[in-house]
Amino acid sequence: MNANIDRLRYRCQLRQPASERHEESHPLTWRLREDNAPIDLAEYERKNGYVGTRRALTEHSASEVIDIVKEANVRGRGGAGFPAGVKWSLTLQGEDIPRGYLVCNADEMEPGTFKDRMLLEQQPHLLIEGMIIGAYANNARFGYIFLRDEYREAAASITRALNEAREAGWLGKNIAGSGFDFDIALHTGAGRYICGEETALLNSLEGHRANPRDKPPFPGQSGAWGKPTVVNNVETLCNVPAVLQHGADWYQKLSGGRSDDGGTKLYGVSGRVERTGLWELPIGTTGEELMELAGGMQSGHALKAWLPGGGSTGLLLPKHLELPLDFDSIGEAGSRLGTGLLTVVSKEQSIVALLRNLEQFFARESCGWCTPCRDGLPWTVKVLQALERGEGQPEDIDLLQHLGKGLGPGQTFCAHAPGASMPLTSALKYFRDEFEAGVARPPAAVGEA
Amino acid sequence: MSIEQTEQTVSTIASDRFELERADREAMQQECEHFEQPQAACIEALKIVQRRYGWVPDEAIPAVAEALGLPPANVEGVATFYSLIFRQPVGRHVILLCDSSSCFLNDYEALRAAFEEKLGIGYGQTTEDGRFTLLPVCCLGACDRGPALMIDDDTFGPVGPDDVDDLLEAYS
Repeated sequence: MNANIDRLRYRCQLRQPASERHEESHPLTWRLREDNAPIDLAEYERKNGYVGTRRALTEHSASEVIDIVKEANVRGRGGAGFPAGVKWSLTLQGEDIPRGYLVCNADEMEPGTFKDRMLLEQQPHLLIEGMIIGAYANNARFGYIFLRDEYREAAASITRALNEAREAGWLGKNIAGSGFDFDIALHTGAGRYICGEETALLNSLEGHRANPRDKPPFPGQSGAWGKPTVVNNVETLCNVPAVLQHGADWYQKLSGGRSDDGGTKLYGVSGRVERTGLWELPIGTTGEELMELAGGMQSGHALKAWLPGGGSTGLLLPKHLELPLDFDSIGEAGSRLGTGLLTVVSKEQSIVALLRNLEQFFARESCGWCTPCRDGLPWTVKVLQALERGEGQPEDIDLLQHLGKGLGPGQTFCAHAPGASMPLTSALKYFRDEFEAGVARPPAAVGEA
Repeated sequence: MSIEQTEQTVSTIASDRFELERADREAMQQECEHFEQPQAACIEALKIVQRRYGWVPDEAIPAVAEALGLPPANVEGVATFYSLIFRQPVGRHVILLCDSSSCFLNDYEALRAAFEEKLGIGYGQTTEDGRFTLLPVCCLGACDRGPALMIDDDTFGPVGPDDVDDLLEAYS
């Protein structure tokens, strides 16, 4: 590639230098290289790789592994925050039950989210480890990494790592002499955000249109091809090896009293801040601390609002930055932690325009299965476009409230429309005046002005 | 691929002579080994066709269905769902412009305007010389360096309107 465009190439990079990352405090990133190159098996093993896997498979039973992950309280890092150990304990297992699947959700497409990319590109063995341990705990016979098609470098990195792991005996028959057999295949998608929804993902994996499935049964009861299936996010699975290596107590203490949750979190910031990027920090780090690392707002910009973790989370105000960025605290403030990567909105930027952009995204990405989502989202976009042009009707604000409710939880098969309703209803709550400003003034009033 | 070549491909494909390349057919069948049922290989099979021809013509659907032992409707349903399966000819290079929130907040619209102006096309269109197709794409996971985009396998960011000439020049 010529130098002229090489300067423009995207490089995925953690903000913390190697000197600030340590094995005991930065389990997700301490191994990462300064040159951002993928860590091969030799380097990974040299840096205490696969210690957690060996321990899980040779020193613990499957149910003990689940208990340890439960005790550590590893909460799902894909956005929902559901405790991974609890999810695992609900997977059907038994003599009469066929062995099922462990699926890694690597379909990272949540607007504003760029964390799994780094793990996938630079540290694929950490994910493979997490999957082996997860498969062992859930008695899964085979695993899939469901990767979005656009993550080409990640695909290359994972393919190389799977081959290395297979050659070294970390995948295949009788892993680490434990008698446990397990292998993984990489599955790349072909676009569509909805594939990240756990049951839509399973339909896509099976080669169907990615419509979500009705629940129950949950995937742990009947997932891929009707077999018990566990679907976990990349970052969630990457949390697991160190829990097995250092113990649940160590994991719990990582948050240092900032949160009831344990462990660290990949936090990030994008938007008009001085230093956008990714950091591995104790879970429960406050928005203020994160914004400080990001160097605050760029000059000429002041913070107006922020999305805590993706397009499907509710907007919060500057005052909410004092909250710990954990699932419960952000939930209590009326939003969701989601993926934990902040998108900041400047006072120079229009909330109505941002909402139009977000709802356009959700409308385009709706799978079309449920009416509120398929028809409600384009309707929402139309109303927002009118308000953005200053041609809204006086009743449009009430209409948007109504649409936000109709898209909300309980009205649809999956969380797509409820996700779309979160930024909408929060924007109406905090920035109603901006919507009102988009209502067309009657001709007489224009004449008077 | 020039317009003439594209048209020629279209006419070849539109005839009854459309057959999968042997290597492609084998690759599709090999893909089935990873799954309990051949339907699961469907998306990859369509991507194999697309890697060969640049897009998935109608006539390829029954051929893929036959190779996997599936009803053509099952393949068609999938081929019309996924945004990165192209059902009409695309240019030699596909530009995927991220239009999601972080890029939007980082002047994505100016970048889009620059591409549309330089290429003389809008979203979903291909330049007359068959060189570029322009499409929007879901959040590319490069939000710390937005606005971001992909050209073929390469991801770029941040890209400003002034960088567009350099980028286009690199893909002949």
